[in-house]
Amino acid sequence: MSAPATTTPPPPVRGWRLERVSKPSIAAQILVPIASIVAALVVGGAIMLFAGENPLSVYREMFDGAFGSNYRRSETLVKMIPLLLTGLGVAVAFRMQLWNIGAEGQFYFGAVFATWVALYGFADSGAWIVIPAMMVGGMLGGALWGGIPGVLRGYLGVNETITSLMLNYVAILFASWLVHGPWRNPDGFGFPGTEIFAAATYLPTWGTTRVHLGLVFGLVAAVILSFVLQRTRWGYEISIAGNSERVAKYAGMATGRNMVIVMLVSGGLAGLAGMSELAGIGHSLQRELSPGYGYTAIIVAWLGRLNPFGIILVAFLLAGLLVGGEQIQLSLGLPSAVAPMLQGIILFFLLGGDLLTLYRIVRVSATGAAS
Amino acid sequence: MALYRTAEDLLKARLGRRSLVAGAGASAAFATTGLGRTLAQDATPDGDPFRVAFIYIGPVGDLGYTYAHDQGRIALEETVPNVETAFLENIPEVQADAERAVRGYAEEGYDLVIATSFGHGPAVLAVAPQFPDTQFIHISGYQVAENVSTGFGKIEEPRYVTGFVAGSMAETGSIGYVAAFPIPEVLRGINAFTLGAQVANPDVTVQVVWTNTWYDPQVESSAAQSLIDLGVDVIAQHQDTTGPQQVAEAAGKYSIGYNVDMSEQAPDAVLTSAVWNWGAYYIWAAEQIIAGEWSSNQYWGSWADGVVDIAPIADFVPEEIAAEAQAMAEEFASGTRGVTDIFTGPITQQDGSEGVADGASMTDEEILNMTWFVQGVEGSATG
Repeated sequence: MSAPATTTPPPPVRGWRLERVSKPSIAAQILVPIASIVAALVVGGAIMLFAGENPLSVYREMFDGAFGSNYRRSETLVKMIPLLLTGLGVAVAFRMQLWNIGAEGQFYFGAVFATWVALYGFADSGAWIVIPAMMVGGMLGGALWGGIPGVLRGYLGVNETITSLMLNYVAILFASWLVHGPWRNPDGFGFPGTEIFAAATYLPTWGTTRVHLGLVFGLVAAVILSFVLQRTRWGYEISIAGNSERVAKYAGMATGRNMVIVMLVSGGLAGLAGMSELAGIGHSLQRELSPGYGYTAIIVAWLGRLNPFGIILVAFLLAGLLVGGEQIQLSLGLPSAVAPMLQGIILFFLLGGDLLTLYRIVRVSATGAAS
Repeated sequence: MALYRTAEDLLKARLGRRSLVAGAGASAAFATTGLGRTLAQDATPDGDPFRVAFIYIGPVGDLGYTYAHDQGRIALEETVPNVETAFLENIPEVQADAERAVRGYAEEGYDLVIATSFGHGPAVLAVAPQFPDTQFIHISGYQVAENVSTGFGKIEEPRYVTGFVAGSMAETGSIGYVAAFPIPEVLRGINAFTLGAQVANPDVTVQVVWTNTWYDPQVESSAAQSLIDLGVDVIAQHQDTTGPQQVAEAAGKYSIGYNVDMSEQAPDAVLTSAVWNWGAYYIWAAEQIIAGEWSSNQYWGSWADGVVDIAPIADFVPEEIAAEAQAMAEEFASGTRGVTDIFTGPITQQDGSEGVADGASMTDEEILNMTWFVQGVEGSATG
């Protein structure tokens, strides 16, 4: 007995494929992020409902905690400053497709250089000398720490993702060694941390709030960057190299040198963030300076679509989310994990929404033809 | 310091055995001025509640350091009438964040704000001057101000006894110690532990691994694993979680718990634990403030005060070792021995030089500011 001959071919295997949209519509660019945030809030709310909380009152408390009073708005601005400066820093590198994951270390190294200026280099100078000197020091420190992976990548082709990430640990441990060892406050009873800087190093603050001059550094940096990236030849070269390194090389652009410069600028901005946290808030070098600003900066840069003005907005909103998240702990007694969970969900949906704006999903048959 | 001698003596007399570190830098008059009285009136059983806020570095579910503080908070709320408490967990030692947490509570009118981690100190000191009607307590800190006190306990006493148990049970004479940061609090704990272990076995070694974090279960666990790979018999720790204990349990090694009784998390590993009883301190502090008898002070509570203790010794520890440890514990608990006796010479430093001369004792201040290791510790005292 033989098998009957089949007359119909097997059904084609179907699958799905992402196809890049050449130019996403304006409507999609506006509606998709809004829909993403709404979807995130709904999912987050469902989880809260499941945990026995009223999501509406949680969201109201969060909003209130971030923006509900002058004091709270000012604290959101305080939180925004390091996110803005580090976010701008990594965005410059990301524009050239240089994956600088080292903003955290560059932040610490900037803080270390600024500390040297404040305690040793210009210890007895007036504010008009010591503050600019600390700014230069902070930017130099960050630029040095960003420049190392820049040179390694630009001239030797070493993967900058790995080197910049690894240098974070080196910088944090180096700062830790300084505050435990040679820079430890002699009057600090053996505890880590440098002595408090002279009052001349303190950045001016806005009224009675903690909002300090670092906010101006961030806003000015955003304006300058926006101009440089969009209106100068160098900015053009960066974006070409970001799209295709080979094209940039073919066009005779010095991509290696540009990579180094980009990493210097990127690190310098993170270093300035470190300096402004010290001169504006901490006033001494302590073991812990950052709760991970350099990593949150990556999120800020992406959500801001690597656009300096977008980054200002995102840094402000994300700072509000972080500050508001603390408020729900305080007023509703929710576990501290709720706020980061919400942040995670919102970022997940925003980035997912991004994908849907830039790509469309198409069905494909086994032969690969879209149907 | 001499200026405040009188105030201290007064307080000491009032507190009985409770210890105050010499040099509490507060004004003597402050104890009996208006502020305390106002609070006392407010906190009568039918008046406004006395509100206490806690700032924790980790989550209350860490089953270690923060959990121990939260147990203290609960004890305070249950013991002292008309007390309300609140807390914020996972507040990092970064000043920008810690300061917002401290200020948030002060602005909401809390009567007492307690920050539980060393690194919260600069934030407390920055906020306190703007809220003279609020009292602040910085746990494990060293700087006081008019309305800022510091509080800690002589955990070295239980460390010494647990060290004796560990030294007795370490077959090859090798103990591992997972430690957070090379600061005096941690260094003197390791020293007391080592000196206790040397009572059982003079040749014992204590290998220290630094984690550079208070709270990180993963890092704490891998540090414990690296010590076990080096061949230690017992794992001790100065961290916030039970990670090192669980690693010891999995590897079939012994362990000494810290903060709370950790025998539940690692029943076959934990010999005993050096534990905190923060409630004893928090209840005392709240009662003092409510009664208007509080002035800025540096509290360093002893075993006899009930602030520190050891957890029950595991039943698989041989009878005679457990009995000897219990006898030691009783001496500390009754106050016949104290931390000063632990740090009485002859004590040799790690490098062989003299640490404390024969018969001499370290002062409280010298103990609190210790920056060196005793002989028998392996590892660097500067990280």
